[in-house]
Amino acid sequence: MTEWRGERRARDARIAAGRAHATGKVVPAVAVVDLLEAILRPGDRVCLEGDNQKQADCLARGLSACDPGKIHDLHMVQSGIVLPEHLDVFETGIAKRLDYSYSGPQGARIAKMLYGGQIELGAVHTYLELFARYFVDLTPNVALIAGVSADREGNLYTGPNTEDTPTVVEATAFKNGVVVAQVNEIVDRVPRVDIPGDRVDFVVEADRPFYVEPLFTRDPAAMTETQILIAMMAIKGIYAEYGIRRLNHGIGFGTAAIELLLPTYGEKLGLKGKIATHWALNPHPTLIPAIESGWVKQVHCFGSEVGMDRYIRERPDIFFTGADGSLRSNRAFCQTAGLYACDMFIGATLQIDLSGHSSTITQSRVAGFGGAPNMGSDPHGRRHPSDAWMKAGREGQIVGDPALMRGRKLVVQLVETFGDKLVPTFVEQLDALELARKIGLELAPVMIYADDVTHIVTEEGIANLLLCRDVDEREQAIRGVAGYTAVGRGRDRAKVEELRARGIIRRPEDLGIEPLDADRALLAAKSIKDLVHWSGGLYEPPAKFRNW
Amino acid sequence: MESLTFRHTTRKPLPGSVPNAITGVVASGNLEILLERVLAPDACEVAIETPIAGYGDVWEAVVADFVARAQPGGLRISINDGGARPDTVSLRLLQGARLMEA
Repeated sequence: MTEWRGERRARDARIAAGRAHATGKVVPAVAVVDLLEAILRPGDRVCLEGDNQKQADCLARGLSACDPGKIHDLHMVQSGIVLPEHLDVFETGIAKRLDYSYSGPQGARIAKMLYGGQIELGAVHTYLELFARYFVDLTPNVALIAGVSADREGNLYTGPNTEDTPTVVEATAFKNGVVVAQVNEIVDRVPRVDIPGDRVDFVVEADRPFYVEPLFTRDPAAMTETQILIAMMAIKGIYAEYGIRRLNHGIGFGTAAIELLLPTYGEKLGLKGKIATHWALNPHPTLIPAIESGWVKQVHCFGSEVGMDRYIRERPDIFFTGADGSLRSNRAFCQTAGLYACDMFIGATLQIDLSGHSSTITQSRVAGFGGAPNMGSDPHGRRHPSDAWMKAGREGQIVGDPALMRGRKLVVQLVETFGDKLVPTFVEQLDALELARKIGLELAPVMIYADDVTHIVTEEGIANLLLCRDVDEREQAIRGVAGYTAVGRGRDRAKVEELRARGIIRRPEDLGIEPLDADRALLAAKSIKDLVHWSGGLYEPPAKFRNW
Repeated sequence: MESLTFRHTTRKPLPGSVPNAITGVVASGNLEILLERVLAPDACEVAIETPIAGYGDVWEAVVADFVARAQPGGLRISINDGGARPDTVSLRLLQGARLMEA
């Protein structure tokens, strides 16, 4: 007799074991370890919800306190390695194998543990890629997730940081897995149902509200003239040139400067309504002045941002909100939007090589990718035209029938030639290659491959890689904007001038930009406090950004 | 500390008659520049005090590009560096020259 219901029976047994520590579905915080030891089995695939922003921290502490004699060799499949507990479980043997996307704050420790062989690494994914694998070959046996509140039936309100939760629950609950949610409070009725109760098996009332990382707040007070100059060049040389309406911005200061220049510099150029109207973007506080000035039509969010909740509630024409009025974010859908419905991705990186490959991995830090490789790639499945996409396609087409030309997504790297501590951004070879060699990775962790990058913008100028016709031109176009780095000083000056004459390299003066005009006076907001004023007092910045 | 001095001959004097100017601040990643119109009209001298040793060739390239671009004849320029990036140095030098032209 073929067994068709083995997984289902195993799940029922796990749930029955867990019920011993619950009243109905509700489990007190003190019983978390008992619950987890009852429902987990050695070798399980576990998604411990660590997202880009919110963290199931109570469940993370619980998992790391489990007895490694009972619970061991887990295979962790989660997008974010953010909390210390996410790595502690690998030191104690509770977990063995890891498939993930992003490890920002734990980047240095994860590098050490990879070198030391404490973690058996599957792969470093892009978000959408890891989510896809949840439904194919990395389906979790147990998901440990986080929400704001739940009722006794398990109906879950995630609050504005919905993020990965619907995706994780979908993959787990509908494939014989067990779902445990930690919530800040148990209520009689949730403000809205983000996850229906029949997909949630246990609800833990956490000892304290779940942790959210304010990742997308950039203080305008820290913006430099160089970043403003780069932002001016990007707006005039790329946004205006291609008519970019639908876009995604990265997390850095350069793109935050662009957001703050739209209502000032962009307005002066007459670009309002012509660029930057529709966004796949977290609710960046630095976007507030552009929203308030009527630049922005619509924003769909991956997650939320600490302090933006009240502002978002009062701007439902701009943001996606639920019947309760608060933001509904969704990382999987927003990543899909960034991939297929945006004409441009623009963001920063730590290293760019002579071909244009880029990586945020250095020898001492494995930061992971997050969404950049997904949004920063040209989707070959796209079939709808737009002016920006078609123009980029024409620029990049070298051979073939023009009637069969496909468009191109613009993938723009916005970098300063030197990073912190005078570390050059432009390098002969990415550190990622050395890392891959040292820890034996089959695939070098490249964030954005050269063939996806269309433009590089630095304080020295814009290199349009679409227009380069061979590898030598490409290398000189990159050297030609690499400033005073060794790569930049190693340029063939005559060749670079020729590329400039052909418009492949454009200097500030070629764009009609005077570098001395790059002044902080151009920023629509010069401080966090200015952003609060722009928002009419609705933006409530976290304490570490309040310096008044 | 490292001290560097670069001397250049310019094709012309820097326009204007402002005798001296100061721009920038000595802070981490920034620099302070003092410009004085005290040299022969076709001479420019740039003296640098920097806490970070080993970037002489970068300073040389930054100063040479600035001189070629601004033609700052007549200026003695003293830089008190706080570990600024080359692009910040370039920008401050051009800002200083503009102040002297006013």
